[in-house]
Amino acid sequence: MTTQTTPQKPSGAPAAPDTGLIGIPPHLARALATGGGLLTVLSTFLAWTWTTAFPGNLTVYGYPGGLQVLVLVGGALTALLGLASYGVGGLRRLTPAGADPAVKFAALGTFATTWYTVLAISYQLGGLVNLEPGGWVAAATTLLTLLGALALPYRKPEPDPVDPDSTSWERTRHRLAHAGQTVRAAYAEILIIVGIMALALTVFTYGIGTEYDELFVGFLLTAGLGFAALHRAGLIAHASQITARHQNITICGAFVAAALFPFTQTDDQYATIGVYILIFATVALGLNIVVGLAGLLDLGYVAFLGVGAYAASLVSGSPSSPLDLHLPFWATVLVGAAASLVFGVLIGAPTLRLRGDYLAIVTLGFGEIFRITVNNLDGTSGPDVTNGSNGISSIPNLKIFGWDLGAEHTVAGFTIGRFANYFFLMLLITAVVVLVFRRSGDSRIGRAWVAIREDETAALAMGINGFRVKLIAFAVGASLAGLAGTVQAHVTYTVTPEQYLFAGTIPPNSAFLLAAVVLGGMGTIGGPLIGAALLFLIPNKLQFLGDYQLFAFGLALILLMRFRPEGLIPNRRRQLEFHEEADAPAVLGKTGA
Amino acid sequence: MTALLEVEDLRVAYGKIEAVKGISFTVDAGQVVTLIGTNGAGKTTTLRTLSGLLKPVGGHIRFDGKSLRRVPAHHIVSLGLAHSPEGRHIFPRMTIEDNLRLGAFLRNDRPGIEKDIQRAYDLFPILGERRKQAAGTLSGGEQQMLAMGRALMSQPKLLMLDEPSMGLSPIMMQKIMATIAELKAQGTTILLVEQNAQAALSLADRGHVMEIGRIVLSGTGQELLHDESVRKAYLGED
Repeated sequence: MTTQTTPQKPSGAPAAPDTGLIGIPPHLARALATGGGLLTVLSTFLAWTWTTAFPGNLTVYGYPGGLQVLVLVGGALTALLGLASYGVGGLRRLTPAGADPAVKFAALGTFATTWYTVLAISYQLGGLVNLEPGGWVAAATTLLTLLGALALPYRKPEPDPVDPDSTSWERTRHRLAHAGQTVRAAYAEILIIVGIMALALTVFTYGIGTEYDELFVGFLLTAGLGFAALHRAGLIAHASQITARHQNITICGAFVAAALFPFTQTDDQYATIGVYILIFATVALGLNIVVGLAGLLDLGYVAFLGVGAYAASLVSGSPSSPLDLHLPFWATVLVGAAASLVFGVLIGAPTLRLRGDYLAIVTLGFGEIFRITVNNLDGTSGPDVTNGSNGISSIPNLKIFGWDLGAEHTVAGFTIGRFANYFFLMLLITAVVVLVFRRSGDSRIGRAWVAIREDETAALAMGINGFRVKLIAFAVGASLAGLAGTVQAHVTYTVTPEQYLFAGTIPPNSAFLLAAVVLGGMGTIGGPLIGAALLFLIPNKLQFLGDYQLFAFGLALILLMRFRPEGLIPNRRRQLEFHEEADAPAVLGKTGA
Repeated sequence: MTALLEVEDLRVAYGKIEAVKGISFTVDAGQVVTLIGTNGAGKTTTLRTLSGLLKPVGGHIRFDGKSLRRVPAHHIVSLGLAHSPEGRHIFPRMTIEDNLRLGAFLRNDRPGIEKDIQRAYDLFPILGERRKQAAGTLSGGEQQMLAMGRALMSQPKLLMLDEPSMGLSPIMMQKIMATIAELKAQGTTILLVEQNAQAALSLADRGHVMEIGRIVLSGTGQELLHDESVRKAYLGED
């Protein structure tokens, strides 16, 4: 780790700094990009096609619909960033890391969405004749905008003034210097957090509510490249700094935003997706303790979800359960979590003495053993406990304090259906898991986990009992998954062995759980939640992928690991690991080494 | 006075290859004892065995009156035997402060820990300046300081330093050696393994010269420093 000798050179900077990829003079390019963005916005108010056969009704003059809305958002973002690149007062604050790279991504996003729409119209309706003039206008405008944006100077952004790697000592000094403004600034920042949460809720609600494949593809294009644009503008770094400073408020805000989600829905259709995402995300967060903090590769984690679900269903009063028991909810939760805890310790105690690959193999085996055993406990191959491959069915709905989660309720004029009820319950479980994750991550045991992950020998020399610390991580992770399993059993009515595979097309399974953690960002809270949401939504929404789903998923993972190995939401420690050359000199430069 | 550490006929093997072939020495409280010798002499193996990372095949280790036989590594630290391993082994992606806190992992006295962290910063001011910085961004010498500071955080009765000068610039090496001298003046008991015989022997109360798993020569630091064969073999004189 002696990277301090690496000279700080502007790696990858193109030879000619004042022109971009295309040889248009910069002032013309800037005008083209900005004006193009505005024109794109206007073009979405035109009709793009003549028939409503293409979903989303793109035939109306004066009112954008379906994919046009996404193009509108993209065009507006491009124009806004373009104006910011002119240095328009107030807008400059939008782009702390320089506007030009951001404009490129915004223009690319708008272009991609528009051309995707236009091509989809022509393809589905059988020819370019189906395009109305508006479609041609939009296609041409976005192409010109993109050309303009690409011609912008390809400047490497200046070192970020709000460098996420700046030591908190420097941040403290900065804060002390502005002590007078602190109170006002804090309110402003909290307002910003509220804004971020509102935006996130809007984007998420829009994404989950997309009704047809094309709209979801457009949504992914716009949201993905728009996010990249904001990232390039430095806004994401800025936002993550603000949220890091007010972590408690951010977490509370996120939960409030999530709790508002069912109220944005008119029926239970998307609350269903919501509750499945939450189950998946919560289990992923539990796995993040094991993988992200303690560094133990667990390939059979879904089995703990299964243990929890089966334990809960056995005591749920289901007619197909051999036990004639109907415990109240709190007891069910305890049984589920405790059963998973016991299995976690039973599996962990002999295997955690192994390191690295061996542990992965053993956990992979355990995951399969669980599934096969449950399959065989059907009364013919073994004792009748789990009803074999038919599973335990007709699990009754939960009743908590007289609140029947299976029934519809009306709260303040909003109808809260069955899945919305479970959504709230699951949100509570998620909150518990987030709390456990945070408290343990910041504590003595959390430091020990990270120490074991980083250097087991040194950790032993510190007096850390490696085995015990790892076993605790394993047991905590297992019981959190069991907790989620108890709710899952009730949400799905039925638990069957086939819900707990190593890999399959329907999450959660062990492979997808691990992917959610890695994709989202190991060792973070937000990462697995976002990773799980994406991994659930994409296969769910893109049904047309069909058999190619896993292929597309693999491709996406490879691309992500190539370009952003630290995950969507990077942990600061991890970022250092993957971008050593890039980051270390900046830090050292600042401290004057 | 009984010795703080007694090593008697210690033998350690990697598989069939015996790396330490029956060595005996003692460390008294307040002393600095050094093991010197070339690569492969068994110095690091000896330290790793003392701290429980390796299991001996024979011999006795008594520390503070207790036998260390079958005591696991994480427990040995709590007895007061701290090991600053060769190659530093800091946690590169944790902050300097978290590294130090991990050194105090087995302690529960919060005020005492805070005081000792401050003491480490007083001993190595550069660490205090960069307390929130990832340890991997430190230079080699600074990482060595951190490794020593971290080992001291467990309030050890005996501090074992394995090649603290390895890979350091001459200036940095002088600093590290000066710090060891300072620790000695404060009364810390140190078992020092070094290849830099000159520096180690001028600090040490006692020294032992190791060659392929055996102690071939013992004496006070000054005696060894002036010994003909040591000067020839380790100090590069003809």
